Amino acid sequence: MIRFDAVSKHYPDGTKAVNELTFEAPTGQITVLVGPSGCGKTTSLRMINRMIEPTGGRIWIDDQDTASMDETELRRGIGYVIQHAGLFPHRTIVANIATVPRLLGWSKRKAEARALELLERVGLPAGFARRYPAQLSGGEQQRVGVARALAADPPVMLMDEPFSAVDPVVREQLQDEFLRLQSDLGKTIVFVTHDIDEAIKLGDRVAVLRAGGHLAQLADPAYLLAHPVDDFVADFVGKDRGYRALSFQASRHYSLTREATVPLGATAAQATAAARGGWILVTDDSLHPLGWIQPERITATIQPEMLQRGGTVATVGGSLRNVLDAALSSPSRRGVIVDNQGALLGTIRAHEVLVEIEERARPELQLEDAAEEAPS
Amino acid sequence: MTWLRDHIGEVLGLTVQHTYLAGVPLILGLLIALPLGWLARRYKGLYLLLIVGTGLLYTIPSLALFIILPFLLGTEILNPINVVIAMTIYTVALLVRTVADGLGSVPDVVSQSATAMGYRRGRRLISVELPLAVPVISAGLRVAAVSNVSIVSVAALIGVQQLGSLFTDGFDRDFMEPIIVGVIACVLLALAFDGAILGLTRLATPWQHAGKPAS
Amino acid sequence: MIGRILAWLTDGAHWQGSDGITRRLLEHLAYSLTTVVVAALIAIPLGLYIGHTGRGRVFVVNLVGAARAIPSLGLLFIAVLWLGPRLNGDIAFLAPAGIVLVVLAIPPILSGAYAGVESVEPNARDAAKGMGMRGGQVVRQVELPCALPLIMSGIRSGTLQVIATATIAAVVGLGGLGRFLIDGLAVRDTPQTASGAILVALLALAVDMVLALVQRCMVSRGLTGRYRTVQVFDHDADIEATPTAPLLQ
Repeated sequence: MIRFDAVSKHYPDGTKAVNELTFEAPTGQITVLVGPSGCGKTTSLRMINRMIEPTGGRIWIDDQDTASMDETELRRGIGYVIQHAGLFPHRTIVANIATVPRLLGWSKRKAEARALELLERVGLPAGFARRYPAQLSGGEQQRVGVARALAADPPVMLMDEPFSAVDPVVREQLQDEFLRLQSDLGKTIVFVTHDIDEAIKLGDRVAVLRAGGHLAQLADPAYLLAHPVDDFVADFVGKDRGYRALSFQASRHYSLTREATVPLGATAAQATAAARGGWILVTDDSLHPLGWIQPERITATIQPEMLQRGGTVATVGGSLRNVLDAALSSPSRRGVIVDNQGALLGTIRAHEVLVEIEERARPELQLEDAAEEAPS
Repeated sequence: MTWLRDHIGEVLGLTVQHTYLAGVPLILGLLIALPLGWLARRYKGLYLLLIVGTGLLYTIPSLALFIILPFLLGTEILNPINVVIAMTIYTVALLVRTVADGLGSVPDVVSQSATAMGYRRGRRLISVELPLAVPVISAGLRVAAVSNVSIVSVAALIGVQQLGSLFTDGFDRDFMEPIIVGVIACVLLALAFDGAILGLTRLATPWQHAGKPAS
Repeated sequence: MIGRILAWLTDGAHWQGSDGITRRLLEHLAYSLTTVVVAALIAIPLGLYIGHTGRGRVFVVNLVGAARAIPSLGLLFIAVLWLGPRLNGDIAFLAPAGIVLVVLAIPPILSGAYAGVESVEPNARDAAKGMGMRGGQVVRQVELPCALPLIMSGIRSGTLQVIATATIAAVVGLGGLGRFLIDGLAVRDTPQTASGAILVALLALAVDMVLALVQRCMVSRGLTGRYRTVQVFDHDADIEATPTAPLLQ
């Protein structure tokens, strides 16, 4: 657990980057510090591993005052991931990952084995071991950065906008894999971002900071969306709150409509016979949905390029947001729902999803008690 | 400084000679380096060849070059033209790389916008890329100018008259003053070249010091 | 003329003896090597310090620029005229010449050193510190290796400067290949002069090539980009190839 106790950072020229910041980052959870530029989030993060020294207050890691520890020892016990990874360009990937273990005195063999294990863990091929950072893409370098931070198995990780410097597609992949990794490892993580959507997606707890290093609100993401404590937080969290809050609610097993399908290569006649409402779903041999098609547009037999692929597909038990989107985006207005292996289970219409949304309980609307921070 | 007072005319004359011997190669060298640098950028294979070739030339110590050239050119060792040609070679060797890098420093987006607007390659080079390459080229030119002033003085050893002659004369007669005067004169001359190039660069790049935007 | 030069160069007698080519060559190398090493010992730590802390940077940048403007010949003569009379024997010209050589070699090496440290990616430095490397470890494990390309290029520059100035220094009595140039000029023995010039040029080229090779060997391939580009699909091929080779050096 990381505890900030009235931590401040005042600079000699009068700038107050952080002001009496007090909060707790619970053990085994991801706490996200989010806010506009100049709100002191990066400064606060860097005070944890004393890259910046606080001018006031104290920071505790599991009841140990960080100021009382030797700063180098402190840092070797904390994983540190920054934007653009900061890999050492003159060392191979393996050597990069093995940095902290080697600093701690591990033998070359042990460090090397650990590095290769982590390389695999972050989803990179073993052949990358001997490559140099310049040979990797931005997303790959960032994964190496995460592996490097995990190498000595530190209980705490600090991450400063680690996914900001990559393009959105790569960013989403990295975020998803990061969540998977965390569910395996359960580290205590403090994560800084300027992107509220990333904060809501990744955080177990989200701390919104205001310019000048003041804590505006600390809450779990669903609560934050439902109860912004003031106009600043409300504006920062942004619009579409209702829609985004749907990401946090899992859909239950309601009745799905059975859906007839045809395979690729089927004739127009077969499609017309099975179609409903002018559309028919095309699947492969394992019943994985490939796309929709209107029978009258089929020339000879169904080919892949004829398929309409606009509809998204939702997994059963997935979030209400995904299920609703499957229904909304489907050209036939029938949202495709698949099982965990991706095989078709049935379809659902938008109004059915809306009924479920309106009927579900909304626990986040209960104002939480004193556990919440809503100071000035 | 009585010596200086008595010999001021001589010193000035030598300075003029020195300026000619250092300055002419600078201009010639730039004129030759510009197309070569452009070629080096255009054809990748040529880049390597030119850089390595000019690098080799620059490696040759000045006195050695001053002596070898007359043989290759068939001129008298004492002929100042050897010095001019040798210094031109050094200047070209230094500047080819600078010109190539300068043209390379022009952001791709700028060249591409120019092409998209309808500039043909030649006009684009002269109107867009070269002006933008001026800062880098000018920096290289300043280095070349200062080195040239310094290296030319070595030619005193083969008997060519310029400020370096003050060094050899002084040493021969065990007399410190002319040497010091000569060194100071060289440094001042180098500063003058440097300042002149800087001034010309400022004139050629008004956008670089246009002042703050109106708020 | 070419014939006479070749004859001079191939004359066995010219290679032997205390003023033969071999001896002069070795002298030249000795002066050059010693002064570069001394200059490097001064300039590299200084440059690393300046690049690392940022202190004194403006002063050094201007110093390096100004140093380029000072004529080496003049400096040499001043040093000898000033120090010579205070010393006896050979030291009278060896010391001033040596000092001037070292002083002239320092600026390029210094420049290379601090430019090298400045070229290190700030992210890498930040990550190194954040991971728990102490100051000295950051310098030795991260900054120095990454600064190496520019440091080496500074050393090459300095070495060439020294070889050229050592050639000229023959005029104040220093040995080395410059002797052939200076002596040849004095007695108008053109084959000697020309041969000397050619030898000096060859020496400079050879030394630079050797240093280039050293640079190639010492600088990490991750920095120069000189690595095999392996296809992404046979990603396991790298490991399979040498299963027992250690991955950590």
